[in-house]
This record gives sequence, structure tokens and C-alpha cells, in this order.
Amino acid sequence: MDVKVKILRYNPEVVDEAEWKTYSVTLQPTDRVLDALHKIKWEQDGTLTFRRSCAHGVCGSDAMRINGRNRLACKTLIKDLNPDKEITVEPIKGLTVLKDLVVDMDPFFEAYRAVMPFLVTSGHEPTRERIQSQADRDRFDDTTKCILCAACTTSCPVFWSDGQYFGPQAIVGAHRFIFDSRDEGTEQRLEILNDKEGVWRCRTTFNCTDACPRGIEVTKAIQEVKRALIFRRV
Amino acid sequence: MPSKPAGTLYRGREGMWSWVAHRITGVGIFFFLLVHVLDTALVRVSPHAYNEVIGTYKNPVVGLLEVGLVAAILFHAFNGIRLILIDFWAKGPRYQRQLMIGVGVIWVVLFVPFVIRHLTHVFGG
Ligand code: SF4
Ligand code: FES
Repeated sequence: MDVKVKILRYNPEVVDEAEWKTYSVTLQPTDRVLDALHKIKWEQDGTLTFRRSCAHGVCGSDAMRINGRNRLACKTLIKDLNPDKEITVEPIKGLTVLKDLVVDMDPFFEAYRAVMPFLVTSGHEPTRERIQSQADRDRFDDTTKCILCAACTTSCPVFWSDGQYFGPQAIVGAHRFIFDSRDEGTEQRLEILNDKEGVWRCRTTFNCTDACPRGIEVTKAIQEVKRALIFRRV
Repeated sequence: MPSKPAGTLYRGREGMWSWVAHRITGVGIFFFLLVHVLDTALVRVSPHAYNEVIGTYKNPVVGLLEVGLVAAILFHAFNGIRLILIDFWAKGPRYQRQLMIGVGVIWVVLFVPFVIRHLTHVFGG
């Protein structure tokens, strides 16, 4: 079937304003938006610029705004998008657009680094693995699934208007260690997120939960961190 | 940077729109309270002036504004409870949509009888 794909194009070397361009592509209903972008780039307009690597929802490179919502292009099927109408594709919001669908991810990764997303321990290293009960492991299972695609952070109205906000992803990254019984950096991480640009900026719009391609309950993770701060108990 | 972001509006769901509505009703209620505090304070200046000002409120336009005020307060109050539940009740985030429906139902149940009663007062003399 023939599908119209409308893409927000922007090349800072040529124009100073982004503009919409519409392409006609022949696709299967079971094709993905990424296939449409490939066809456009390979067959119609080689200048179209976007990121992708794995093409299978693992690497987190191709978050973009499809029909107004943040999605991974490689996980969004054409048939789920009402293909009788134009499909719109835009870069994710709140980060500087470098070209077409490519944005500057540096501020996003900086926020992630700031929450110390690594195991913090002290004392003797055990000779074997650090043991943990299944129940303890389950507490942070959801937040281990993050692929750092930025769909959540760039769907957040607070992040659009205040780029200093850590954003949902950084809180997800912190949650993964805060609720890990083997980790000893909990206090530090909670202090970092107690900042005025930390968890308290969350206004529970649930855009992040809706956007996450891994189905992480992002708002719930943020709420758990808020409650850990209020009750000083994890 | 694109000088004008030519993008579309983000298509958030009920969570985002309830947040927008919560803001708008919040600001609206704030201005009502401001006026309300001022006119009530008038009674200390002169009870006569107070009566006169309150008297000017007895007209259909203010009557309709009052409908808006009650609509805003009802939404703001019950959505506020929803937000508290989302933050403090462990299952809140998972049931936020159902909570939203609950807010809507309570809103209708309280608002419709009010409107009927209030408007018969305002327009029925
Ligand atoms: S939490 Fe979900 S949406 Fe956010 S970066 Fe991780 S995988 Fe992407
Ligand atoms: S290309 Fe790797 S997640 Fe889509």
C-alpha cells in the first residue's frame, strides 16, 4: 500500500528553519516506520538523516516523535498508525536538533551520569557473586530494562520547559540501584535526586510511562523514589 | 536551532491533559480568591460599600461565571486527591487512568445537580 510520510526536515547548513516534507512510499502494513525511513533514504532522498543501529528495539537509537508521540521507529508498525492518513515523523522534543531527526543527546546522558548508575560498594569484595534473594531482585526488575532511548525524558512537559530537570530516564537509572539490596550508594543518589531539579519536578503527566518502548512504569519508579525520600526508607 | 519549532503538539493522554487542566483551573481559582479576599475585606472598611459590591454580583453574567468557578473547583479538588493518591498510594500510578475516570464521574454527579439548581436561581428570579 502507498503511505504518505511527513517528516520534519532541518539542515542547519542550508536553512535556518525546519520544514515539513512529504514522501510517498510503498509499504506492507507489517513494515515499521524505520522501514519507511530506510526506503526514503535509500530510494528517494539520501540526505534524510536519522539514527538507528540494531533495528530491533535493543539499542535505543531511534526514538522519534511519530504521529505526535515518542516511539521507537523500529518498533512501530505501519498498520498500528492509521496509514490512510499521513504519518508524521519529528525529532524528539527538548533537545537541540542537529539535523533532521538527530538530536544532541549530551544533556540527556549527562543527567544519567549524574545519578551514579553503577554499583557502589565498600569493604571486602566477596570471592563469589553478591547474593540477593529473588524478592530483593524483583524490586528493581522493571528499571533494569531501560535502553536509554530518551523517549521518556523528551516526552516530559517539565523537561521541555526546564532542561535542567534530571528527567524521567535519570530517575529510572537511579531507581535501578537505589532499590538494589547489594548497593551502598543509595543515600548519595537520593540526595542528588532531592535537588530542586530532581524528582520533585515530576508533575505525574504519565507521558513518560506511555512513551517507554520497554513498557517500564516510569512514573511509578519516580513515585517510589519520592516516597523513599519522604519516608527515608527504601 | 530552528528559529520556529514547526513541530506538532505532543499528543499526550489524560495524564498530560489533566495536568494542563489542573494548572488552568488552579490559576483561575487563584484570581477568584484574590478578588474574593478583597471584596470580603471591604466589610471592615464599610459594611455599606460591601453590600453594594456584593449586590452587583446579582446578575446573569456573574451567575454564569459562578458555574465556571464551581466546575473549576470541583475538578481541581478531586484531581488534587487523584494526584495525592498517585504519589502516596503504592498502586496509584498503575491505576491513574481509573482514578481519572473516578474524578470525571464524581465531577458530573456533583456538577449537574448544581448547575440545574443554580441556574434556576439565577434565571428563575
Ligand atoms: S525508561 Fe524507557 S523511554 Fe526512558 S530511556 Fe529507558 S527505555 Fe527509553
Ligand atoms: S534501532 Fe535500535 S532500538 Fe531502534
